Amino acid sequence: MPAPDDWTPRSDAYFASPLAQGTPGKQCGLAATGDYQPSLRSPWLAAAATVDVKKVARELAKDDGVVFSEDYVYMCSDPGQTAVIDAIKDNDLNGMVISCCSPTLHEKTFRDASELGDLNAFQCEIANIREQCAWVHSDMEVATEKALKITRASVRRVQHNQALEPIGVPVTRRALVVGGGIAGIQAALDMTDAGLDVILVEKQATIGGNMLKLSETFPTLDCSQCILSPKMVSVSKNAKITLMTESEVESISGFVGNFKVKIKKKAEFVDPELCKLCDDCTPVCPVAVPNEYDVGLTNRRAIYIPFAQAIPASFTLDEEACLGLDPVVCGKCEEVCDVGAIDYDKKPTVTEEEVGAIIVATGFDLYGMEHMGEFGGGRYPDVLDGLQFERLCSASGATEGHIMRPSDHKVPKEIVFIQCSGSRDPENHCAYCSKICCMYTAKHATLYKHHVPDGQAYIFYIDIRSGGKGYEEFVQRSMENDGVIYLRGRVSRVYEKDGKLKVMGVDTLAGRNVEIDADMVVLAQAMEPSKGTAEIAKILKIGRDKDGFLAEAHPKLKPVESVTAGIYLAGAAQGPKDIPETVSQAGAAASKVIALLSKDQLAHSPTVAKVRDPYCTGCEMCVDACPYDAIALVDGKASVNEILCEGCGSCVGVCVRAAIDVKNVTQLQIHEMISAIMA
Amino acid sequence: MSNPSKTTEVQTFEPRIVAFLCKWCSSAGSDLAGVSRIQYSANATPITIPCSGSVSPMYILSAFNKGADGVLISGCHPGDCHYMEGNYLARRKLYLVKELLQFIGLESERFRMSWVSAAEGVKFAEVVDEFVEDLRVLGPQNRLKAER
Repeated sequence: MPAPDDWTPRSDAYFASPLAQGTPGKQCGLAATGDYQPSLRSPWLAAAATVDVKKVARELAKDDGVVFSEDYVYMCSDPGQTAVIDAIKDNDLNGMVISCCSPTLHEKTFRDASELGDLNAFQCEIANIREQCAWVHSDMEVATEKALKITRASVRRVQHNQALEPIGVPVTRRALVVGGGIAGIQAALDMTDAGLDVILVEKQATIGGNMLKLSETFPTLDCSQCILSPKMVSVSKNAKITLMTESEVESISGFVGNFKVKIKKKAEFVDPELCKLCDDCTPVCPVAVPNEYDVGLTNRRAIYIPFAQAIPASFTLDEEACLGLDPVVCGKCEEVCDVGAIDYDKKPTVTEEEVGAIIVATGFDLYGMEHMGEFGGGRYPDVLDGLQFERLCSASGATEGHIMRPSDHKVPKEIVFIQCSGSRDPENHCAYCSKICCMYTAKHATLYKHHVPDGQAYIFYIDIRSGGKGYEEFVQRSMENDGVIYLRGRVSRVYEKDGKLKVMGVDTLAGRNVEIDADMVVLAQAMEPSKGTAEIAKILKIGRDKDGFLAEAHPKLKPVESVTAGIYLAGAAQGPKDIPETVSQAGAAASKVIALLSKDQLAHSPTVAKVRDPYCTGCEMCVDACPYDAIALVDGKASVNEILCEGCGSCVGVCVRAAIDVKNVTQLQIHEMISAIMA
Repeated sequence: MSNPSKTTEVQTFEPRIVAFLCKWCSSAGSDLAGVSRIQYSANATPITIPCSGSVSPMYILSAFNKGADGVLISGCHPGDCHYMEGNYLARRKLYLVKELLQFIGLESERFRMSWVSAAEGVKFAEVVDEFVEDLRVLGPQNRLKAER
């Protein structure tokens, strides 16, 4: 049954096993001193240890082809690796199995050590006897037996492993940034500083994202636009940045270093090159729709500019709001445009770009007010979310910075802020903490007092989480200098009565119910991944966590990498975070891309498919099955493009003649592994 | 593992399972089970493969031929394949394998497919435990086992 093999089987393998794996609960706890009796070290360890590593090493030494077998504590340490290198040299090994933790942790460590011992990295394999064995079984005899099987299977496999060299692949020295908020802007600018060309794709009509809507920023009360606008202008003036607004990534192919991305851009009805921002078009437009940039507090026309400071600095036409783009129906804006910047016949365009790396910075949306029925969210005009309140405070907002009620334009004298609205509520809303709400609510209350000195602000909170430089002091100032009353407890209900918003809450520190007749209520809504995050994650094949945020490759050691090589994460798309954290993460992601694209060539894994010519009949099953178009028929036989091949083995699974294999995971090797397990 | 004090045949029979786990989802899911210290039956010995789509039907027959009582193949959830569509290939092909096993007189329950993501350590343990329990009821597999 096993397919014939092209390679001569190897004769010896090195086996070694650190005792780290034998101690569920407390990995390596007492073993740090180099104990060679893992299971007998102490009563505590003996009870906890589930793989008798000494026995595994002893048994393996008896197997055919194994010339060296030893156990070792902390094999991944420097002396441990030295022992590995010495063993390779002393025994002239041509294959090695390290029986230890998951290959995701230390395969690279030991393959590097192999190379130092002059053994090809691809002739070293890892047998996972920790995560897949010692940590999940409590019966020592059974677990040791299984560890032996796992290790024997790896030894049988490595006996057929070929020495391989990584395949050099040329690199495209351009990067794509998806999302033009502060994260995407920062990442793009940082990368151009290192000489990279950047394509910045933004779904909206202007870059700037949510930060553009903010009034001031905590804890310094810097004007948000004053610190953001210069960066936006830098983007527009930077010759190395290709800015594509009203655009979305449609599909992606390729791999790290050489992605091909299709970007769809909405029809550009207003030519930004020609538009001179005269604003003659908006007075004649008969359409009014809620202005998303004022979070619905004002209306805008179908032809509009999102902000005076928008980048690109041009009016744009909202295709959905416009009266059908039919000059017979309307066409007023085109008539008044002196420079002829408006063309209703423009069509959407799709461009294909080649990039070497991608940074995803698609940001956040606030959790919808419609979910907050108990607080009157979406029902009462004077119940606002945090971003709407920002627009009220902002000089560029609907009220030009005067805080007044949307319902009757009166200045609110009593205002209630409700924190954790939609956050930290696993039963009804989001389970997680949105992290920034404690701080922006303190900021809101402070700004309110600056605008309305004779007003009173109340804040309902669960805890105050003010970790960050100068954050705690800021919250304290809001209490002491601005007389904000903090009430520890939750609000049960908000309803309208006699022109006031009745807030029914509880003060758990005083142990009493609280009723406030408020003029305005502001909900510190939870942050959630922006609309479209699920779609972009699917297109780019990067994971999301249980809350829908983009998943990092490792929560501690790879916080800006996605699970897909060459794709990085920045900003609130990865999890709730404030502006300084977002900027740092964007810089980190940019530096990862800069490092990646600083090489002339990238190493592509050589464990690719290989056709066994004599057996191939040219049936093309593998050609159809290959998701990377890496196989083609040449002279009637399948032929693999090693640069395109990712080594998935889809071809192996469909070949009825077993005429194609993935190097070092050949069908012969799998059959050998099955034999070892079933022996 | 079963308690040695229980003596009925169903409880003492320890099925031998070969488990093919894709590198990206299910093997990572089993690693998570390990990191989370979730205890489950030791009857399934894992072989990590690049993708569930790389499993040749011959692997399954080979395992039964060598005496496996059950064969498990676990990959990424449909739509989440690291290689885009390998698990769809696997699903289509391995459905036919199940039919084939039935045709040649082997209980098709001895071959199982599951979708376990890298985040589903608990599910991986459940999949193995359930499979072991079901195989205990079926007893040893002799139909395809070669005389050795």
